[in-house]
Amino acid sequence: MAHSFGRILSSKRNVGILSLIGAGSVTAGFLLKREHVSAGAGVRRVYPASAEYPDLRKHNNCMASHLTPAIYAKLVDKATPNGYTLDEAIQTGVDNPGHPFIKTVGMVAGDEESYQVFADLLNPVIKERHNGYDPETMTHPTDLDSSKLTSGQFDDRYVLSSRVRTGRSIRGLSLPPACTRAERREVERVVVDALAGLKEDLAGKYYSLTNMTDQEQQQLIDDHFLFDKPVSPLLTCSGMARDWPDARGIWHNNTKTFLVWINEEDHTRVISMEKGGNMKRVFDRFCTGLKEVERLIQEKGWEFMWNERLGYILTCPSNLGTGLRAGVHVKLPRLSKDPRFSKILDNLRLQKRGTGGVDTAAVGSTFDISNLDRLGQSEVQLVQTVVDGVNYLIECEKKLEKGQDIKIPAPYRK
Amino acid sequence: MPFGNTHNNFKLNFKSEQEYPDLTKHNNHMAKVLTKEMYEKLRDKQTSSGFTLDDIIQTGVDNPGHPFIMTVGCVAGDEESYEVFKDLLDPIISDRHSGYKPTDKHKTDLNFENLKGGDDLDPNYVLSSRVRTGRSIKGYTLPPHNSRGERRAVEKLSVEALNTLDGEFKGKYYPLNKMTDAEQEQLIADHFLFDKPVSPLLLGAGMARDWPDARGIWHNEQKSFLVWVNEEDHLRVISMEKGGNMKEVFRRFCVGLTKIEETFKKHNHGFMWNEHLGFVLTCPSNLGTGLRGGVHVKLPKLSTHPKFEEILTRLRLQKRGTGGVDTASVGGVFDISNADRLGSSEVEQVQMVVDGVKLMVEMEKKLEKGEDIDSMVPAQK
Repeated sequence: MAHSFGRILSSKRNVGILSLIGAGSVTAGFLLKREHVSAGAGVRRVYPASAEYPDLRKHNNCMASHLTPAIYAKLVDKATPNGYTLDEAIQTGVDNPGHPFIKTVGMVAGDEESYQVFADLLNPVIKERHNGYDPETMTHPTDLDSSKLTSGQFDDRYVLSSRVRTGRSIRGLSLPPACTRAERREVERVVVDALAGLKEDLAGKYYSLTNMTDQEQQQLIDDHFLFDKPVSPLLTCSGMARDWPDARGIWHNNTKTFLVWINEEDHTRVISMEKGGNMKRVFDRFCTGLKEVERLIQEKGWEFMWNERLGYILTCPSNLGTGLRAGVHVKLPRLSKDPRFSKILDNLRLQKRGTGGVDTAAVGSTFDISNLDRLGQSEVQLVQTVVDGVNYLIECEKKLEKGQDIKIPAPYRK
Repeated sequence: MPFGNTHNNFKLNFKSEQEYPDLTKHNNHMAKVLTKEMYEKLRDKQTSSGFTLDDIIQTGVDNPGHPFIMTVGCVAGDEESYEVFKDLLDPIISDRHSGYKPTDKHKTDLNFENLKGGDDLDPNYVLSSRVRTGRSIKGYTLPPHNSRGERRAVEKLSVEALNTLDGEFKGKYYPLNKMTDAEQEQLIADHFLFDKPVSPLLLGAGMARDWPDARGIWHNEQKSFLVWVNEEDHLRVISMEKGGNMKEVFRRFCVGLTKIEETFKKHNHGFMWNEHLGFVLTCPSNLGTGLRGGVHVKLPKLSTHPKFEEILTRLRLQKRGTGGVDTASVGGVFDISNADRLGSSEVEQVQMVVDGVKLMVEMEKKLEKGEDIDSMVPAQK
């Protein structure tokens, strides 16, 4: 019954978060102002902080760049009200020193309160990862009004598919690195219950990873929907894969254009996609679907983790703000060989990935092109950036086809 | 990874059946024993270092097992785990160690002189001989649970103790995080270097956290006595050499271990041991002697004989590939070692290896001559 977990009835306007008080008592629904989040019961410690400070000399990730011995000593005895600690938050970054060329984040949040209790470390990490965004002074705009998007129909001869994804966390329940089995099962219950209320072109079905038939599994693989137990040590070292596949599953609508992952790296990952270049329709469905799911969980007394400083709260600090990655698979055989390609992408605030997603290579000059930014700009702004940028890339490709020269665009200004 | 007591207190807000793991597809010792009732009874307990039931079982929940191989599915976080969670661990120990009862006593015997024979295994067949065990240092938590500070303290104490050894045991410590490329090459060539664990059985228990911090390898100058620091246990102690002189390998093993233990006792940190469980180690499968004494032996004909498995079982031996646990044999060469750990002494277990391997080599020779071995198949030991 939902009252075992905290329920909040607050609108987005109120800056408040629920904090469950640990150590034996259950409180239902009580608001605390952000400034008064109290850490939970102190951590038992036998050795001084200096004996526990990790060896980060060979490390190259955001956590290692900012975790000084002084900050470590200050935070190491603290725990969030649910009992999540600094050592747990940084474990993934300690265990994965990183790569000289790729700078990973190196830490995760175990719950909403982590972003407050460990702010002395998380704020500089967020600032570095999100190009100077300062959570202490700035506010993040949320805008899911897809009608504002212009020119969102790409040339289908170049754009093979369009996709927008984000994540959402259920307020009051711990995040995947820290959640107990009971909490994870509650996330599943709350989300599946809400998704069952979707209608018409959003109506669909849930496939639990523990109860899937072989046939269902094969179909989901063929549709490229099935997600596996994480193998990346970046994820497994943070404890996100515990108890797999308990309370994990995939929901999708009957037309296979709106998909929700439950309890993978985040409570939910929400994906809208279709073949071809109609990013406008993909984004419309994305916004409608998200708002509808939000309305349905609110009917039952739940809400998403969100605040005006950090936007939507997710497990990895890299996904704060919008948590949004809007992208296309696009054919750019000439442009991708042009030495100016990377610079053009940079100035358009876009990134390229292979068609298998993050850490994969491109196949046959078809690239996954998406927005770089997540925090500090709204959903509408970021998708518009992708639309404008991809249209520019296609124009370049067409120019090169005709033997004309292309220009590097001016660097993007917000 | 271990979450410990701060998080466990929060978990108690939820009902036991909400937290009880789904073990319906599991096949490991933990899953066989951990009923809903037992989970409810033990879930609010913790050792004084803060190790909890969920910490103990996480590896077993995350690794359902295999239909043919029965893994243990749980680990200890400290010496007290075996006491505080005895309701869970005693039946697992009994299952794993051939019916060992909670009232049974374990005999420790490191008198190498009690071993009969063992210096005459045919080197044409027995390529190398090796004895290993583990030791945990009293007063420190174990690899699934320890913090960086604690792991470093174990390393520091171990290196101090090992550096006092002299004579045939004089040696040097190579910490994993400070190794030069040349040292690393040499350790790999000597087959000494251990890697960060990749097995999900170990990773699921949190033993690989903070790698390679405070991990290292110590060995003597002759490269016949080797100690791993902070891998799956505080210490893994290995005596080995090429050829079949198990007697000498065991002598060096016993002498070296005894010297190391004396040194640790002088620092007021002896080894974890009690008269019921013998030497206390991270995995319940290694309790008792923690000893695996074995050889690499060429048995191309015997290993394809239909009675091979039965012979091994009766001799209380097990086979592995030459890469160790979970590997396959190469060129008919097998790693043959004792199957038992708890309930018999070090001398008894190595004796079984010596006698058993001697018999199997004789069988191999008979099969080479085209003769029958049925009359040689032993009774169950």
